[in-house]
Amino acid sequence: MTPLFVSIAGTVASVLLILVVLELIRSRRLQERYAILWLVTGVVLVVLSAWRDGLNTIAGWIGIRSYPPAALFAVFILFILLVLLHYSTVISRLSAQNVVLAQKLALLEAERGSDASRESTTSSTR
Amino acid sequence: MRRVAIVPAFNEERNIGRVVDELHAFDATLDVVVVDDGSYDRTAEVAREHGAVALTLPFNLGIGGSVQTGFRYAFEHGYDIAVRVDGDGQHDPAQLDAVLAPVLAGQVDIAVGSRFAAAGDGYRSSRSRRAGIRMLAWVVSKIVGRRVTDTTSGFQALNRNAIALFARDYPHDYPEVEATILVHRHKLRSVEVPVSMRERSSGRSSITALRSVYYMVKVLLAIFVGLFRRYATPEEGTS
Repeated sequence: MTPLFVSIAGTVASVLLILVVLELIRSRRLQERYAILWLVTGVVLVVLSAWRDGLNTIAGWIGIRSYPPAALFAVFILFILLVLLHYSTVISRLSAQNVVLAQKLALLEAERGSDASRESTTSSTR
Repeated sequence: MRRVAIVPAFNEERNIGRVVDELHAFDATLDVVVVDDGSYDRTAEVAREHGAVALTLPFNLGIGGSVQTGFRYAFEHGYDIAVRVDGDGQHDPAQLDAVLAPVLAGQVDIAVGSRFAAAGDGYRSSRSRRAGIRMLAWVVSKIVGRRVTDTTSGFQALNRNAIALFARDYPHDYPEVEATILVHRHKLRSVEVPVSMRERSSGRSSITALRSVYYMVKVLLAIFVGLFRRYATPEEGTS
């Protein structure tokens, strides 16, 4: 059985995680689309921390007999991996878009630059 | 009164020409701005051939980001009135008179054409999508304190106050639901006008089943958290 103190500590920590994420959304430092995975993580951890029988059952499924809270760590690590993987896809998209933006900017500057040189030649011939 | 039509379009080369023509048929002096949201097809060229200004985004921003590009354009070019019409042809510009009327009369800052405000409308959609639309309508109605029937309509008319707000702050992804609440929280006046919408003439809607589940979760989260934000309201005498 999960020790009561581990259960309480885990619940408090996951509720704090949820509250911090909600506050970050409220103050617009975190967009909803990047917050959803964090909130799912928080909710799953609250449930597994507070519901001690459930944690025992899941620990049994993955073959943990001696110390059920180890299952909590396993789930926690799994979700951290999911969040990291999600961020890797986000970073990949952002860097691809960044390349496109830099290329567009270079093309725009070239167009404006040729306009400017045309203007300067017309003004110098005057 | 300078007026502009904002038309977000993603891969709509088959529809966009007709939409621009119909907007000019509605009002020949209307400036039409097509926001091409990173299309792979000739959307922007076709729009220009039909006499519209085309803003080509370097990559797909989604409907929220592309519509806001149009609002920024309208704000920076000093337009007094903007209408928003989808690029897929489902909004009939001939009905713009009805949508524009309350804005031109100075009664509201934004008017939204609703498929569901009138009884006996023949708009067809899948059952789950109708249920989702109805649930969002209920939540939004509770928050803004008036009956809102169509929370996802992009058929709108706006005055300068609303253009300024949306140019500065507009939600992401599928933005109309959050925008309705944003307008309410900023104490702008809004109203729904009954309209009928056409079936999409070609192409598919960009909303798929899995996306709509994600959309519901995201929108409800945004609505819930948004209730705890503070918003700037217009100063007295500016409107």
